[in-house]
Amino acid sequence: MTDLILRAENLDRSFGGIHAVNDVSLEIPRGTLHAIIGPNGSGKTTLFNLITGHTHPSSGRVEFDGQDITGMAYAKVARKGLAKSYQITTVFPLLTVFENVRIAAQAAAHSYVFWRPADGIKAVTRATEEVLERIGLAADRDVIASNLSHGDQRRLDLAIALATSPRLLLLDEPTAGMSPTETAATVELVRELNRDVTILMIEHKMDVIFDIATTITVLHQGKKLFEGAPAEVKSHPLVQEVYLTGSL
Amino acid sequence: MDQLISQLVLGLVSGALLVLLALGLNLIFGLLEFINFSHGALYMVGAYIASYLAVATGTLWLALLVVPVVMAALGAALERTVIRPMYGREQVDALLLTFGLTYILIEGVRMIAGSGGRRVAAPEILAFQVDLGVGRPVPAYLLFVVVVVGLVVGGLWLFLQRTNVGLIVRAGIRDHEMIRALGVRFDRYRTLVFAIGIAVAGIAGVLTGPITGVYPEMGADILILAFVVVVVGGMGSFWGAVVAGLLIGVLVSITTLYASIYAGIVPFVLMILVMTFRPRGLLGAT
Repeated sequence: MTDLILRAENLDRSFGGIHAVNDVSLEIPRGTLHAIIGPNGSGKTTLFNLITGHTHPSSGRVEFDGQDITGMAYAKVARKGLAKSYQITTVFPLLTVFENVRIAAQAAAHSYVFWRPADGIKAVTRATEEVLERIGLAADRDVIASNLSHGDQRRLDLAIALATSPRLLLLDEPTAGMSPTETAATVELVRELNRDVTILMIEHKMDVIFDIATTITVLHQGKKLFEGAPAEVKSHPLVQEVYLTGSL
Repeated sequence: MDQLISQLVLGLVSGALLVLLALGLNLIFGLLEFINFSHGALYMVGAYIASYLAVATGTLWLALLVVPVVMAALGAALERTVIRPMYGREQVDALLLTFGLTYILIEGVRMIAGSGGRRVAAPEILAFQVDLGVGRPVPAYLLFVVVVVGLVVGGLWLFLQRTNVGLIVRAGIRDHEMIRALGVRFDRYRTLVFAIGIAVAGIAGVLTGPITGVYPEMGADILILAFVVVVVGGMGSFWGAVVAGLLIGVLVSITTLYASIYAGIVPFVLMILVMTFRPRGLLGAT
């Protein structure tokens, strides 16, 4: 049996009369990069929220690293090591880049007493600097977040998620609104991050994930339409019909 | 002229005490998202505890150390028990709860200490006058109050700007959903901030004793002014509260000298002007 970081079983969620997510199951082995694609309204974001605990499923269960987290509050899920980067830019606009990332690093250093000993503080600072270095924002550490370019704000968002030392990183369209150059850099960054953290990402642009995903799940109208390796997805007639020709 | 200088000093002192209350209100409103109506009553409780401690120990010094700790503990206990269930409900619920708390505290103090009020002696070591070079000599205790307030304000600022906890408090004021999503145990920060706000109100209570004495309604009088300070300075603005507190203290004091019947309305006229022409307050974020 493979070592799963996440197992979602028969997730179901309706809003009003709309079946946003309909009987979706996912199995994500540790270390992989799993992508979810689908046209707008196919339930991608709802599925994400069901996993993070921002929304609770009507039925089904979510297991993270062997532990049942169904119905658990999102703050608690986050503490267990499941980080989410957001589709919208949700950095703290009036704090510096460094402070933004530091908050997340502090949250990760949990078990905290309010007045941590000095070397604990140093460790958090070091972790913050490492993340900034890795994401390529080290030079901008003292810039107020709202003054960053859109692309850099998205990178900061990624840096925040990474600084929580997640065991599973959820990325919601990390390249949305980016120029082709920024997109290429971000894809490269995601590939690099995947070397030591499992990633589950939603993506709208097909070309972005074909190169980097281990497995792709195609959602359509809340249901799992197909799942497989990128090459299989690309050539699958149903996927082409629904996704490639339908929406793009 | 001599009188003007004296009134100015008095105005600065009462303004400084207002600043302490306004900063606590502001922080609590920012992070806990409700208006703590019991802030004045807790300030009064701090002042009473200090008045008894001063009698028991023969000096106010111990009270200055003990009262903030006791008030922080009381604040934390209140937050954990009666205030916590109010989160996520209509804001008016927390307002009503703290309004009720105010009356319980005031009546409680009346039952224990009587309605009459108590006098509190300033520390003996400060029982002298200081010649400022202009105007009449000023009681050293008043200058001491300004210095203590300055230290508390500076300490709060450093706490917010330089510590790990302060960073999360600042970010939480901005967006506590995000803070939670990162896995921060936000509840603890709420407790901490409430405790700090109440401790600071307690310090203001201790300092007030030797100036006006302590009496059960002392909190109600100053609370309204503290609200005005928060609005004039700008909701959520740290330095706005400091500037507005000193400004209102001095304005009231000077008006008392020249047109005392208007002194009571000056803060409210200022508030109306600010709300009309600068709705976010003097230093509020735009």
